[in-house]
Amino acid sequence: MTAAAAAAARAETAVAAAISVRELSVRFDADTGGITALERVGFEVPEGGFVTMLGPSGCGKSTLLRAIADLVPIGSGAIHVFGRTPEQARRARDFAFVFQDATLLPWRSAIDNVRLPLEVGQRSGAIELNAEPEALLALVGLEGRENALPHELSGGMRQRVSIARALVYRPRVLLMDEPFGALDEITRDKLNEELLRIWRETGTTIMFVTHSVPEAAFLGQKCLVLSAQPGRVREFVDIGFDEPRTLGMRDTLEFVEVTAYLRRLLEEPR
Amino acid sequence: MTTASVDGKRTGTNTGQGGRTVQDARSDRSRARRYRHAPPIIAAAGLLLLWHLIVVGFGVPSYIAPSPVQVIRVFVEQGEILWINFWPTLFEAVAGFVLGNSVAVVLAVWFVHNRFAERAFYPIAVFINTIPIIAIAPILVLILGNGFAPKIVIAALICFFPTLVNMVRGLKAVSPQMLELMRVLSASDREILWKIRLQSSLPFLFAALKIASTTCVIGAIVGEWIGSNYGLGSLIIEATYNFRAPLLYATVILGAGLAVAFFVTTTLVERRIVKWKPEAVF
Repeated sequence: MTAAAAAAARAETAVAAAISVRELSVRFDADTGGITALERVGFEVPEGGFVTMLGPSGCGKSTLLRAIADLVPIGSGAIHVFGRTPEQARRARDFAFVFQDATLLPWRSAIDNVRLPLEVGQRSGAIELNAEPEALLALVGLEGRENALPHELSGGMRQRVSIARALVYRPRVLLMDEPFGALDEITRDKLNEELLRIWRETGTTIMFVTHSVPEAAFLGQKCLVLSAQPGRVREFVDIGFDEPRTLGMRDTLEFVEVTAYLRRLLEEPR
Repeated sequence: MTTASVDGKRTGTNTGQGGRTVQDARSDRSRARRYRHAPPIIAAAGLLLLWHLIVVGFGVPSYIAPSPVQVIRVFVEQGEILWINFWPTLFEAVAGFVLGNSVAVVLAVWFVHNRFAERAFYPIAVFINTIPIIAIAPILVLILGNGFAPKIVIAALICFFPTLVNMVRGLKAVSPQMLELMRVLSASDREILWKIRLQSSLPFLFAALKIASTTCVIGAIVGEWIGSNYGLGSLIIEATYNFRAPLLYATVILGAGLAVAFFVTTTLVERRIVKWKPEAVF
């Protein structure tokens, strides 16, 4: 091993894991026998990384994301977000969550919805303002629609508002639970490209749940494939396309090979 | 080339026609708007005329059923007695409306935050609601005396229950995902109440307030029936016992007008406050 390679390896280990999950098990209705949603799941997401999560329905991908976000109690094992427990990380506003529905307050304008995180949960100390809410709406391409009420916006626009809201307090991790699942394909493609741009511009670590194979392959540097009942890690696939990724890339042979591989992982029983 | 010119020509003619058609449509629409109220007005006028013809044609004595003309004459000639009795009823209805709805809203907030309180007191609220208001009225007069107090309390009681039920539902009608969002933001219960629950309950609250806006007048009038010598309710009793049917009818119309005025006011306030679409969840 050359000195340079050794230095590179040291640098690699020195990079802190943004999310580290070890031997995680989650059970629902534990007192009545119940079902095991996740069993001995373990993986790490490096800081600044983009990891997608793929799996058959009922494999517990949402449960895993919710456990990281302190929305679901952990059975056994451990989760750390920048070395903190999910609860500590939540109170420190280390992460933001983007839901499948935009979850906007219908009586608030777009800009006031983006401001919501700055108005609540202030007990845990001053919250760092990432950017002016106006600038964030511009970042997600909603310049000029600041005062629109949610019912005046399309589904895609509402989801853009919810992404701007998630970014307003400079989270170090963005947890996204099928955020584009309810959108039409054209809007979804556009938002996929914009999400990659936002990721590059902000350097936020992103964990992204989806049930679309092309979306998982296109967005993620790595893809965590889960198997169902109980949810286990099937494989943590390295995708590693060249940056910057473009939509046109999806028609290349290389991309099709990756999606074919991911599909095989989903279909094949272990 | 030919196609283009033909197209251009056609477009040209279309714009000309379009201009005229738009104007026509607009004047049609404004005419429709102007005459929108015509059918109910014509129907009401027809019924009044029918009433008048029956009373006059069959020679019904005015102490049994007065004609519309006699009722209108009461408003002109005995206006003073009507207005003197109008103001106390207005006051009692408004005070009862404010009192009953305020208590209901505060209780609803308490119920939503304290399951024990809801389990303990909700059945009692239901029980009180099942007692006919006309049966509670004498009890309240015995306790509170002959003044404004029992009337206000009766009006408040009649408003209370629909608002309590609707408000509890409205405060709970927050999507689970919204609550998860607030948890991710580490929001306190107080912040969730002020920023989310109260706002999202407004459509439910106004549905109840519209009911309350008419029933509070009923409550005030019922209260005045029992041991009172002022107010529209007492005037109704007095006019009935003295066979002053025209005065009785005029009093009833005034009471109904008061309820309608409250209802319209509530609706206008709702339109100003709730500008978003409550049925859709985003």
